[in-house]
Amino acid sequence: MTLALLVEQLFNGLQFGMMLFLMAVGVTLVFGIMRVINLAHGSLFMIGGYFLMAALAWTQSYALAVPLAFIAAALVAVVLEIIVLRPLYRRGPLDQVLATFGLTLFFNEAVTVIWGRESIPLSIPPFLTGSVEIIPGGAYPIYRLVITGVAIVAGLLLYLLITRTRVGALIRAGSDNREIVAALGININLLYTLVFALSAMLAALAGIMMGPLLSVEPGAGDPILILALVVVVIGGIGSVRGALVGALMVGIFDTLSRVLIPLVIQTNATSALVGMAVYVLMAVVLLFSRTGLFAAHRG
Amino acid sequence: MSELLLETHRLRKAFGALVATDDVSLAIRTGETHALIGPNGAGKTTLVGQLTGELKPDAGRISFRGRDITELATAQRARLGLARSFQITSIFPSFSAESNVALAVQARESHSFRFWRDAERIPALRAPARKLLEDVGLAGVGDAIAACMSHGQHRQLELGMALATDPVMLLLDEPMAGLGLEESRAMSQLLARVKRQYTILLIEHDMDVVFALADRISVLVGGRIIASGTADEIRNHPDVRVAYLGEEDDDLGGDLDADR
Amino acid sequence: MAMLGRRGLLLLALLAAAILLPPWFGTYHTRFATQIAIYGMAALSVDLLLGYTGLITFGQAALFGVGAYAAGMLTVYGVTNALVAWPLAILVSMLFALAIGSLSLRTRGFQFIMVTLAFAQMVYYFAQSLRNWGGDDGFTVPQRNDLGFISLADHTTFYYVVLALLVLVVWLSQRIVRSEFGMVIRGIRDNERRAAAVGFPPYPYKLVVFVIAGGIAGLAGALMANHAKFVSPAGLSWQLSGELLAMVILGSANSLIGPILGAAFFLAFRDVLSDYTEHWMLFFGPLLVARVLLMKEGIWGLLVRATGAEEKRAPAKLDFPAASAEAAQPNPGASR
Repeated sequence: MTLALLVEQLFNGLQFGMMLFLMAVGVTLVFGIMRVINLAHGSLFMIGGYFLMAALAWTQSYALAVPLAFIAAALVAVVLEIIVLRPLYRRGPLDQVLATFGLTLFFNEAVTVIWGRESIPLSIPPFLTGSVEIIPGGAYPIYRLVITGVAIVAGLLLYLLITRTRVGALIRAGSDNREIVAALGININLLYTLVFALSAMLAALAGIMMGPLLSVEPGAGDPILILALVVVVIGGIGSVRGALVGALMVGIFDTLSRVLIPLVIQTNATSALVGMAVYVLMAVVLLFSRTGLFAAHRG
Repeated sequence: MSELLLETHRLRKAFGALVATDDVSLAIRTGETHALIGPNGAGKTTLVGQLTGELKPDAGRISFRGRDITELATAQRARLGLARSFQITSIFPSFSAESNVALAVQARESHSFRFWRDAERIPALRAPARKLLEDVGLAGVGDAIAACMSHGQHRQLELGMALATDPVMLLLDEPMAGLGLEESRAMSQLLARVKRQYTILLIEHDMDVVFALADRISVLVGGRIIASGTADEIRNHPDVRVAYLGEEDDDLGGDLDADR
Repeated sequence: MAMLGRRGLLLLALLAAAILLPPWFGTYHTRFATQIAIYGMAALSVDLLLGYTGLITFGQAALFGVGAYAAGMLTVYGVTNALVAWPLAILVSMLFALAIGSLSLRTRGFQFIMVTLAFAQMVYYFAQSLRNWGGDDGFTVPQRNDLGFISLADHTTFYYVVLALLVLVVWLSQRIVRSEFGMVIRGIRDNERRAAAVGFPPYPYKLVVFVIAGGIAGLAGALMANHAKFVSPAGLSWQLSGELLAMVILGSANSLIGPILGAAFFLAFRDVLSDYTEHWMLFFGPLLVARVLLMKEGIWGLLVRATGAEEKRAPAKLDFPAASAEAAQPNPGASR
């Protein structure tokens, strides 16, 4: 284990963590404000990747494809919100879980119908290929640095939106007491659609950025969704800060454990331990605090 | 010469900057009916939450029957004999009225890890349940599904369930809440009967009931107990009059003055 | 189950159909019915948690899979007697349920759903890592278990054994649900706060029902290993957990029989539609969404109403999980 390797893995962990943050913050916002559990969030991640691929095939240009994919994903999200999510706001957790699970099944199959079952690789945009020496002897892919940076910027913008703008204030108020916000004459439906679209765009952004790294395939969003849920459990439901801290913890912990565990333990059980490490982390956090590290309100 | 059944010692609970319970020391003697009154927002709900174990105090102690119960969970306190009724009806909606009470009766047993017998056919549970329904004025409606009953019947059921656990003390949270005139009268009479057998901590807004039933009254304002004493002492207490007369709700001011 | 009103007759009719029809139609249908019975049993275990305790678990497939792996491994190791292998499989799944439950049940609501999902995923990864047992591909089971001198290789014999076990599970579950223990967990479902206020600590009771449900799921898994003679991590996936939940809601939760009908519906839907298209999920997803958003009850509920077989004091619609901090809504039709 050289220093260069360790630094590389730390950066990988940071990058992965920031992707998880983009997913987790969407889940936690939608739950915190609309009290809706959205299991179809992973599908939005997957759709982001697929739309990118489709837009690329059509325009042959990343500069065009990325915004197109984004817009398309946002449109899907808005339609989804109006048709399926809105009726769910008044329903209990069971209805929400089942309906959004049904959506996931639908989307996973829909992409198969349109684009087939195979995993489709995407190439890294030409102007972002190559590596940089972050420490002497350690070359790190530029692409990964860029997407980490984009995710951090997105996080900052989100923070500014929530804390410094009028919309953000409404979002925070709606999170505490939606009746009052509605009573103030604010169009609560519009607010909810906005929040959902925001969360969906963050997921799609993660999906678009991860496309070149992971390849797009049916069900691509599912493992990411599960990890995002683990992040929300660790960070605390409804807490953006918790989503960030939890995502970084999970991202770095997962990445490092995949590298370090096989070095320390060499048995048949190694790969099992590596996959399980994150869940062990979650179990430990739960033992420490049953509502997660930064539970915002009475979830 | 009754000893103290329920005591709190310098209880404190804050939510951020809001101090909901501020240095509250209550003393309730065995056999007495102690009323807790105060304007809305005074912190009654928070205090009740700490007494029942649903909220953890930041500081202070609670003792019941000589035991420190501050760390005990809600169910454990119930098993020690502290029963409660809820301000907002809290029953088992899918159960029949009789089953609601029978389940509370069942709680008296040391445990319910019994998997074989049909619980609806156990006389030792059903008979006391029926009797209790009669006692609270719900005779004959035992088979009605609780969710379908009227609000007044719900309040009666609330009380029935509290009594069913065979408690030592009752914590009644606004039993008169939302009751019409007739129902209020019936509930008052019921409480008057019940009062003789149990120690009661009564949270109420209805001052008629409070002055009729309470042996002692404590007044909670802004999280603090500003006065504690007999009905007459409270009626004439200057701080209490200020606390109530300073409010928009003038009912209490009127009640304090009225010759009753 | 002594009552023989309309409801009893309805159940009897279903049972008669289950006994007489599949073998009449031949091997393919007998095998199909066996699959229904097995998934029905697994779905029933989910209903015990969902409909009767108010626990939404997204991890029951893990316990189903554990039972399958246990039975499969035991058979490979030569323990072929079902009277030994199946109780052991049940025991192993109950132990896993105890481990998962003891941690998960410390959480509530949304968190509980996610935590059960996460732990089930953990078991899935564990199964995938078992290189000696085929890893992601799974392994074949050389033979079915036998009941001593009675072989279960014959599909019809095996079907009747599975059916008998299903009836036994339904009957035992019914007894449990009506017992004093059952009253407590139903009380917890209706109003956990009230149950605690009356003197029942929720955690131990929830844990016990979680373990019982885990054992039932494990038995179903062991039967599946026998039915398919194949065990793989796919039987542990969270999609299966979701499908089990879907079966419960399609068939009517809080009924024990509903989940079995839901399983039948799900499997029939899949079977019929896959003859036309491999993309049958494209239709199932929206169907599930439609059931949730548009319909108030599932198959069993509809069946009971259609035959006039309601219990005389059954509530119009059961809402669960019930109120958290708020009190129960007096209107049984309300969803929240």
